[in-house]
Amino acid sequence: MGGYIPSSPDERGGMLQAVGVSSVEALFSQIPAAVRAGTLDLPEGLSELEVRRRLEALAAKNQVFRSVFRGAGAYRHYIPAIVRGVTAKEEFLTAYTPYQAEISQGILQSIFEYQTMICELTGMDVSNASVYDGASAAAEAAAMCRDRKRQRILISAAVHPQVIETVQTYAFGAGVPVEQIPLRDGRTDPDALRAALAPDVCCVLQQQPNFFGLIEEVRAEAVHAAGAKLILSVNPISLGLLETPAGQGADIAVGEGQPLGMPLAFGGPYLGFMACTKALMRRLPGRIVGETADARGNRAFVLTLQAREQHIRREKASSNICSNQALCALTAAAYLSAMGPGGLREAAEQCAAKAQYAAGRLCEIKGVSLAYAPPFFHEFVTRLPVTPDAVLAALEAEGILGGLPVDGGILWCVTELCSKAQIDEMVGVVREVCET
Amino acid sequence: MKLIFERSRPGVRCGLLPPCDVPKALPAAPLRSCPPRLPEVAEIDISRHYTALAKEAHGVNDGFYPLGSCTMKYNPRINEEMAALPGFTGLHPLQPVETIQGALEVLCMAERLLCEITGMDAMSFQPAAGAQGEFAGLLLIKAYHASRQDTVRKKILVPDAAHGTNPASAAMAGYDVVSIPSNERGCVDLDALRAAAGPDTAGLMLTNPNTVGLFDENILEITNIIHDAGGLCYYDGANLNAVMGIVRPGDMGFDVVHLNLHKTFSTPHGCGGPGAGPVGCRQFLAPFLPGEQAVEQGGGFTLEQSTASIGRVKLFYGNFLVVVRALSYLLSLGREGIPEAAQNAVLNANYLMTLLQDRFDIAFSKGVMHEFVITLEHEKKRTGVTAMDIAKAMLDYGIHPPTMYFPLIVHEALMVEPTETEGRAALDEAARILHEILDRAQSDPAALHSAPQTTCVGRPDEVGAARTPRLRYSFPAAQ
Repeated sequence: MGGYIPSSPDERGGMLQAVGVSSVEALFSQIPAAVRAGTLDLPEGLSELEVRRRLEALAAKNQVFRSVFRGAGAYRHYIPAIVRGVTAKEEFLTAYTPYQAEISQGILQSIFEYQTMICELTGMDVSNASVYDGASAAAEAAAMCRDRKRQRILISAAVHPQVIETVQTYAFGAGVPVEQIPLRDGRTDPDALRAALAPDVCCVLQQQPNFFGLIEEVRAEAVHAAGAKLILSVNPISLGLLETPAGQGADIAVGEGQPLGMPLAFGGPYLGFMACTKALMRRLPGRIVGETADARGNRAFVLTLQAREQHIRREKASSNICSNQALCALTAAAYLSAMGPGGLREAAEQCAAKAQYAAGRLCEIKGVSLAYAPPFFHEFVTRLPVTPDAVLAALEAEGILGGLPVDGGILWCVTELCSKAQIDEMVGVVREVCET
Repeated sequence: MKLIFERSRPGVRCGLLPPCDVPKALPAAPLRSCPPRLPEVAEIDISRHYTALAKEAHGVNDGFYPLGSCTMKYNPRINEEMAALPGFTGLHPLQPVETIQGALEVLCMAERLLCEITGMDAMSFQPAAGAQGEFAGLLLIKAYHASRQDTVRKKILVPDAAHGTNPASAAMAGYDVVSIPSNERGCVDLDALRAAAGPDTAGLMLTNPNTVGLFDENILEITNIIHDAGGLCYYDGANLNAVMGIVRPGDMGFDVVHLNLHKTFSTPHGCGGPGAGPVGCRQFLAPFLPGEQAVEQGGGFTLEQSTASIGRVKLFYGNFLVVVRALSYLLSLGREGIPEAAQNAVLNANYLMTLLQDRFDIAFSKGVMHEFVITLEHEKKRTGVTAMDIAKAMLDYGIHPPTMYFPLIVHEALMVEPTETEGRAALDEAARILHEILDRAQSDPAALHSAPQTTCVGRPDEVGAARTPRLRYSFPAAQ
């Protein structure tokens, strides 16, 4: 019923006449009858009001929790109102990739600003215009490090399990081996890492803070001494406070940018950020915006270093990627502008303080303890005297989404959005389950 | 225009967070030695900055956008409102399954409708974009051959008119790429295809209608040649808008497809993303699909991952909010609206071509579907005016130019795809402008070399940009 065809029946008739055919059907005459579809088994089209009712009914079947203590790769943070104000602008929403620089300066400049902010956050030299998400960013980063002699990818078992899976899938495509470095007490085992650093290793991928929320001691010298590259997958909010990937010796920094102003949204769209040292610049996949000038000497921005890309290099390109997550990159840039250096640090400090407060309160409960030694950022694992399911069900009944069940306990996440009262309430429910 | 960093003044900030209500406690770990140089600005600075940037951008709502192969159709507002419902945006991806029943139903409904449109049996929404859909689709082919211990199939056949992503995706999937030449009609050369297909063929990647806008009428023969050689057929859904509801890739003999929800199903392009590139397949490939699948079970919905899956290509379930928008569109159009959109897309392309073809050379004008390719090869010889010059001149008239210099098999190409959401008046006006530009090209070619004149910047120095890359803002030295 709905449709978005602006021509009137009369106009369409006139257009058919101009083309010189009697019906629109004649324009499809080269399609062999043998392959023509009959009427498809689709529902009748609906009016806008009916569509609204259908989708509102579907949305109402979901439960949105009033308190969330679950992270594990998707983090609920405060989203300043100005962020949505920026990303709702139709010029940004409905434009394509900025191929025509002269009418796309606004888009190109916003990406250039985003690239600068990612460089500032990570301490790295060069950022691309973003990729699909943190997992594909990690997989693309591993591909950047490969050459003929070095193909093996080492990945810490404390990296997000879905990131490990994604790296494995990309490696299956390329036909290269992936090896996991085992853990000791929730962190990458340094002895196992050293032992695994064979001459065919191209890179080591670690997550900081790791999947269990723990801050790892990164050993860049060992990785570099073995001739491999170090990739750190980092949480961008933590970089308001914690040492940068560059400061830890990373060659490539990647991460999931969702915490920078994007809603949880059942897992997407999110944002993969990627930044690297200058030495690796020409191996970076994806769009990159550069500053230049026009003939009149005006500052201008363009898509650049395109000799890396699929539309020029085809099968020899550094990646097949041709889009970025521009609107999500714009979201991140607007978020970081609103937060500023002080606001970002404040958010990071509040995350850390509230996570430590929640961990302390939980550990006051008989039988509850930290599974792994601190330091941690805003996630931590507790052991429990009861099953995780019992705790989580009791929380769910109160409209609270508890942490994620993991081996040996529950992985909790506490952000600046969790008030002290909400933390205390959550702890109260857990106490009741554990102590009765 | 000033960069946001140039608007920064120390000490300015937005008041966003309440004071911390628990004792301050920093982790005992190395902290960063200096803060990131993010802008220090007030909300009005941010608002004015991005409003100014938006004025230097051109979206679908700013004017005609006939960017060939990109299907820049109108993005309906209702889809945006539905994707912004808190019942969707507020869901954590790892919530208990009984609390995400509506979201799983969205995925199942979208899968069923899109499978019906493509003639496929199953679909995964994991891939975030067309290129990732291609990559995932090729891995399905790879996993299928591997599951049969058929290890000698190392080659993917790709027509020379294909999008650059096709060969790049095949290379990422570990395949050697064999380029198949086009015939004089712009379609697949059957003899060349027969000669290339053999026991080492893993599959063929094809888009139909192809990149010059023609429906390859030999399509059944093409897919048969590949199947007879033991390979599989991959359908690049880039051009599905021309034929949706009229002919289905599955019925043409394709085994795997990817769709671009941001093209065919009207979700916005967002300056280059996020889109969604779901990958669909016939039943025998379904066990290999990436990630978890939403499935209906016992009156409810749940998530399942097959043990034979190629693994995931992305976090969670793909770009979920993009799928919500596409579902909203599918429900709006329905049974009649889907083919009607295709018919009007084809009518619009043919009408615009008719208005132009008396003076512009069309590369392959017979049987054009949703897009056509202008070649300015003669014009360039005659006047020195290139496809680039014509495209840049269009900017001065408020029209986004067509895709330039693609496909590679056409010289001085401009690829025009009006889409169904333009009315007759917009097409008439575009034709008038193109004729006017051609007049100018013939009377004063030098002027066109310096177009555009009315935009905020002229043609940027791209060579200089690549030679001396400046990829981030250089902060002034601290005082």
